[in-house]
Amino acid sequence: MTSTKTAPPSAPSPQQARPDRTERTPRRIAFGQKLSKWDFKLSPYLYISPFFILFVITGLFPIAYTAVISFMDWDLVRNSGTFIGFDQYIYVLTQPKFWIALRNTFSIFLLSSVPQLILAIFIATMLDQNIRAKTFWRMGVLLPYVMAPVAVALIFSNMFGDKYGLINTLLGNIGLPPIMWHSNAFASHIAIATMVNFRWTGYNTLILLAAMQAIPRDYYEAAAIDGANKFRQFTAITLPSLRPTLIFVIITSTIGGLQIFDEPRMYDQFGTGGANSQWLTISLYLYDIGWGQWNFGRAAALAWILFLIILAIGVINMLVTNRLVRDEGSRDGRSRRDRRAAAIAARNDLEHRVGGTVRDDFGSTSTGAATSDTNDKTTEVAR
Amino acid sequence: MTATEPQATTSLNTVAAVTVNAKDPKRRLRSRPVRGSRPGWFVYTALAVVLGSAIFPYYWSLLIGSGDSGTIRDPNMSWIPGGNFIENALTVVNDPAVNFWRALWNSIYSSALIALSVVFFSTLAGWAFAKLKFKGGKWLLIFVVATMAVPMQLGVVPLYILFADLGWTGNIGAIIIPALVTAFGVFWMTQYIQQSVPDELLEAARVDGANSFRTFLTVGLPAARPAAAMLGLFTFVTAWNNFFWPFIVLDRSDPTLPVALSLLQSNHFVDYSIVLAGVLLSTIPLLILFVFAGKQLVSGIMAGAVKG
Repeated sequence: MTSTKTAPPSAPSPQQARPDRTERTPRRIAFGQKLSKWDFKLSPYLYISPFFILFVITGLFPIAYTAVISFMDWDLVRNSGTFIGFDQYIYVLTQPKFWIALRNTFSIFLLSSVPQLILAIFIATMLDQNIRAKTFWRMGVLLPYVMAPVAVALIFSNMFGDKYGLINTLLGNIGLPPIMWHSNAFASHIAIATMVNFRWTGYNTLILLAAMQAIPRDYYEAAAIDGANKFRQFTAITLPSLRPTLIFVIITSTIGGLQIFDEPRMYDQFGTGGANSQWLTISLYLYDIGWGQWNFGRAAALAWILFLIILAIGVINMLVTNRLVRDEGSRDGRSRRDRRAAAIAARNDLEHRVGGTVRDDFGSTSTGAATSDTNDKTTEVAR
Repeated sequence: MTATEPQATTSLNTVAAVTVNAKDPKRRLRSRPVRGSRPGWFVYTALAVVLGSAIFPYYWSLLIGSGDSGTIRDPNMSWIPGGNFIENALTVVNDPAVNFWRALWNSIYSSALIALSVVFFSTLAGWAFAKLKFKGGKWLLIFVVATMAVPMQLGVVPLYILFADLGWTGNIGAIIIPALVTAFGVFWMTQYIQQSVPDELLEAARVDGANSFRTFLTVGLPAARPAAAMLGLFTFVTAWNNFFWPFIVLDRSDPTLPVALSLLQSNHFVDYSIVLAGVLLSTIPLLILFVFAGKQLVSGIMAGAVKG
């Protein structure tokens, strides 16, 4: 900075003295450079600011405000509330309907996401082969994703009709008794889960397929030479390589599955989740509290409860997936903890050899640089 | 890239393939399937079953939607579509309680606006996160990604209060404004730009004297185009199909298509032939979009998807 200010306009500053720059006649260096420096410093913030401004207004502020409202008895007429502490939470948690909705949500979520993901992995594996007309099959698989959930629900609730539905007609044709898809709770969960599976399996298939395509084919060739069959190749190569994508897909389907609203809402023409709340979900219940009973404080409390549930399930999912499907890098049989321990040991070893500068408590800047430097080295060593 | 090099024959997006090749010339060859191993009939049969179940609900709605009100109760129902589709569709279109044309226009207009805005702001922010160094950038990105776990329901109560305060309930703007940016969009573009734009391009632009915004326009935008197209399509589909929030905030007289569909059921709940004709009618615009843009969509997923 100082050098550019004092340098005469005709002479290029040391930073500028690159070989490709010398041929040009530098104009207005002092001002231009200052401007460009500011340009490169400020512009990243400028680029992300529209996103963050909109995001804070329409995303973050409402979330925080929901928390505030959830502690209040909200008055719709005055459009403000009185603070009442945890009463709304206690009210929601003591409602039998809440627990029924929670059970239904979980039942539908499990019935949809588990078969859906297994199917998606299976279909993706088939699409990953050297098949003819790839784009055709891929597009076909994604076809259901285009249809609105409301439309899907209308079609499927028709097919799952108790009296004249297609499924029950087919069951009757092969001599089975009809299933009461609307009055039986579990049957209604299956019907709703089928809608979800119909719409999302193809989407997840393509995401997983994209990840599969990124796996180098060498691995499979090597495995084939070593005598591994297709199944073994799948469990030893495909699944471990898919891990990050699997986590992504599982998390997104968890978030989506626990918020399910459109399908149960449209499953019958009343939209109340069934006469005995057979398929009432948390979102449906939230809508009913908020815009049926017009109690915003309780709706807000329920929204926060739903969020906490999603968060908890997300964390559990991640832990389980981490454990079930091992990391690609841990094929040497060591767990992540072991590897981390080894890396730390190696770093301590290096620090000793470097001469203890890393442990110096005062030279914080040099310490940071040294640590990160040795860190890089040790990860290399650990690999 | 050069004329001597054989072009990729796969349906993978060529732009992405080229950029990958630029880094590692062997990459394309390696990620191609093992040669000479066409799968057997089993794979095609299974895929045909999958495709069949993907198409069947469409066909079913055509079947019922083209019949009359008695079709669904007919035990010996024909598997060939009847001739009443246009009649049923006209019933839907002319139903004053459903406001079909109004809903169609609202859906097109709001979805297009939302998709454009999400793509533009996400590309801009994604470019900054992926290629520009700035203080706190990493943490801001982690923060953005973390908010993806927040359910939409968490914000609806205050948003409703806010829009009611502004007198915007029932206004289509109430569904556009909260959807103008998404955390997923930023994450998606960041991932893609990080993987597909080499740093050398940036440096070259800088050496040539381009300022930051010019670099974004001339280097960032063209490189990000496949992912941007994908994001745009996905956002459009999501916005088009969105139901929960429009259902809460919009008036029944000024709905979007999914809200209009929900009205259709309560008005004609006995007559499924009209309901399903309406369903098909409302799906046709997206189907057309999908058929035209689907190839791009599908190859785009293959090129820029989350590779972890």
